[in-house]
Amino acid sequence: MSDHSSAKSPLPTYFAVFFALLIGTALTVYAATLDLGKFNAPVALTIASIKATLVALFFMHVKGASEKLTKLVVIAALFFLLLLLGLTMTDYATRLWN
Amino acid sequence: MQNNASSAAAVQADAHGEAHNPALLHHFAEPQQQRDAASLGMWLFLATEVMFFGGLFCAYLVYRRWYFGDFAAASKSINMPLGATNTAVLICSSLTVVLAVWAAQTARRTLLLVSLAVTMLLGLTFLGIKGIEYKDKFEEHHVPGASFSFQNVPIPGHPDQYADPHHAQLFFSLYFVMTGLHALHMIIGLGIFLWLFAMAWKGRFTPEWHTPVEIGGLYWHFVDIVWIYLFPLLYLIDRHP
Amino acid sequence: MPTAIPQPVERENYLNKEYGVWSWLLTTDHKRIALLYLLSITFFFFIGGFFALLIRLELLTPAGDLVQADTYNKLFTMHGMVMVFFFLIPSIPAVLGNFLVPLMIGAKDLAFPRINLLSWYLYVIGGVMMLHCMLTGGVDTGWTFYAPFSTSFTNTKIVEAGLAIFVAGFSSILTGLNFVVTIHRMRCPGMTWSRLPLFIWAHYATSIIQLLGTPVVAVTIVLVAAERTLHLGIFDPKLGGDPLLFQHLFWFYSHPAVYIMILPSMGVVTEIIACFSRKRIFGYSFVAFSSIAIAVFGFLVWAHHMFVAGISVYSALVFSFLSYAVALPSAIKVFNWTATLYKGSIHYDAPMLYAFGFLGLFTIGGLTGLFLSALGINVHVTDTYFVVAHFHYIMVGGAVMGYLGGMHFWWPKISGRLYPEGWARLAALIVFIGFNLTFFPQFLLGYMGMPRRYYDYSHMPEFQVLNVLSTAGATVLGVGYLLPMIYFLWSMRYGKPSSDNPWNAAGLEWKTSSPPPTFNFDEEPVVTWEAYNYDELDAPYKQEVPVAK
Repeated sequence: MSDHSSAKSPLPTYFAVFFALLIGTALTVYAATLDLGKFNAPVALTIASIKATLVALFFMHVKGASEKLTKLVVIAALFFLLLLLGLTMTDYATRLWN
Repeated sequence: MQNNASSAAAVQADAHGEAHNPALLHHFAEPQQQRDAASLGMWLFLATEVMFFGGLFCAYLVYRRWYFGDFAAASKSINMPLGATNTAVLICSSLTVVLAVWAAQTARRTLLLVSLAVTMLLGLTFLGIKGIEYKDKFEEHHVPGASFSFQNVPIPGHPDQYADPHHAQLFFSLYFVMTGLHALHMIIGLGIFLWLFAMAWKGRFTPEWHTPVEIGGLYWHFVDIVWIYLFPLLYLIDRHP
Repeated sequence: MPTAIPQPVERENYLNKEYGVWSWLLTTDHKRIALLYLLSITFFFFIGGFFALLIRLELLTPAGDLVQADTYNKLFTMHGMVMVFFFLIPSIPAVLGNFLVPLMIGAKDLAFPRINLLSWYLYVIGGVMMLHCMLTGGVDTGWTFYAPFSTSFTNTKIVEAGLAIFVAGFSSILTGLNFVVTIHRMRCPGMTWSRLPLFIWAHYATSIIQLLGTPVVAVTIVLVAAERTLHLGIFDPKLGGDPLLFQHLFWFYSHPAVYIMILPSMGVVTEIIACFSRKRIFGYSFVAFSSIAIAVFGFLVWAHHMFVAGISVYSALVFSFLSYAVALPSAIKVFNWTATLYKGSIHYDAPMLYAFGFLGLFTIGGLTGLFLSALGINVHVTDTYFVVAHFHYIMVGGAVMGYLGGMHFWWPKISGRLYPEGWARLAALIVFIGFNLTFFPQFLLGYMGMPRRYYDYSHMPEFQVLNVLSTAGATVLGVGYLLPMIYFLWSMRYGKPSSDNPWNAAGLEWKTSSPPPTFNFDEEPVVTWEAYNYDELDAPYKQEVPVAK
């Protein structure tokens, strides 16, 4: 996690991500005012996920992390979260089937 | 995250004649190992936090599917501009956090102190805005419990139907637990950054050793990420005009 | 096998380095913390056992004549909560894991020694809260504290018990975190992943579960507490809440929790079987990966606790299938252990007796789990004594036996003393007999329809015979558990001093003194040999200490 002799300053990246996050927020709010039917939720979550990924990759330095282990921990956490949500939904999504 | 009692982290020779950083704890062989251990430890802790909030997201997912209209009505009643502002506040604070880490890496003491201070200020701003929101909810009788009331609120898109107050109460229960727990994590984050500020003030951080800033930063970013999801899920269910 | 060498001069070790209460209460030495845990979990084991005794006394007769119904509800609840959260879940990881993980990988301590101490204090605080809760009325919901009874209807101290479990859960999370970081970052030179003892793989897998599962039950407890105290009704049916949501969130942790309880025991058994067969474990990588597989698969099956609760039948099908799949890695281990025994040079010391007991009883427990995973059978035996017998075969016949086997195996290392082998073998036999006498009748009772959690079965008086047998067995089992307590304590003063490696076992922990010095090794080990190198250890012209090539 130490400064890996970046000849190039990371600041431009940080500011670029910062602005991207703000734009993403504005976009999310705007998209919520549109009637996209059942796509409102996926759009909102997709934008949120892109923002979260940017924070993780660039602010939390997952991109360029010295070890694959960091990425593995992140992926594992997401995987188990999706397990919780997904397998729970196998019950709720199918309860009313016949 | 602790280091020994010494002001500057100047490299000192120990009894074996080998140079070692006084921040190095005895059971580690070298500073890089200690740093990697701290980093992995924080990432694992964040993984536990993902699952902790995850349980709440699961509850939210279940009930939002079941009671979409009622949830949409309840969501419309919370203050979206304040929520959006808070999102921007946290995004700014994440920027100041990475700036703080960069400042520690590049021995920029003033920038480090300013970044840490601004981060805390933004965190307090977030909590202040949250407080305003909670106060509003209290005054509107949207706090679950005996005085909860959500009568005659139309379901967005179905002006002839009113939202079921029971289901709306479920929304608000989740709203308060999720944002409340998030706020609690924010308060803890403020405590951590206060401690980081104190350490930075005393000049404890150097380019060779500033692990607490890095892992404190990881924690803060995580709290930001949770809010990045909370905002659209709670505030933006249906904002069609 | 034991080669007790009298120690003329007592070397400095972690036990005699410092004396005084504060040197223990403020220690960061993982070995001392392990002993602190040993004391506390033994205390809670006897509390949980006391409740079990009362339950079995009540069930001696069909009528509910010993305690009242409400009291009985509290008895089985407290028995379950104490045994699960304050005994089984910490047991092997907190005692044997804490003691051995750094030793086995050649490290001086865990990655975060102060967090390790914090873990113990959190456990103690949780334990004190639970004790206080029990002494001031207890809880009557069953250890599973299902909503809406726990949230809306019961008058007992759910919030306090829940918070006690929350705090103890945090202890569990921190232990898991410590182990994962330690195993990744603190292995000595040459200790590659494929040279790690399988005990380490087992604890690694256990730690993953502790890290990722416990937070979900933690937040569930928060929700229950919020519902009871702040009236934030999340599970309240009157508001449209779903009690099954509680069950999903609860079991998402509590099923993997059972793997927290069994995986470390499997790790212990692997070490014991290898040593007392004088053979490398058969299929090392299969056993290693099966531990990880159990940890991952264990998260996929939780709703098999809810088959008759009202979940969708399609969901039940999915979970039933996955529950069969999770048995595979466990079966792989059983096959590997058996194959290790084949053509091994078997020695029947006490640790091995416990390992044999584990093999048989875990297999029975595991197979009956498959019966329960079949939807058709599940409908009939859910909430009967069949389930009770199933999980006690695994928890007690499996996990506790592994724990006792491990305590015997590593006792010389921990205490520097040998326990009396004759008494130990006798105790192992008593435990085995007592266990089967207690729990086998319960399979029959459950299959015949005796419900669990009933204090009065006078409408089915024909069940009394089996219940009497079960209670008799419980008494025998209790004796079997008391014996090791007595002779372990006795051995600390009067036992023969142990050599570094009384069992001539493989593993880094045996290459340092018994007991080890505070920083574990006089010099950092450098590993150049494979795990379980029993062929080298038993080579004809072996030297005092196996030479690293």
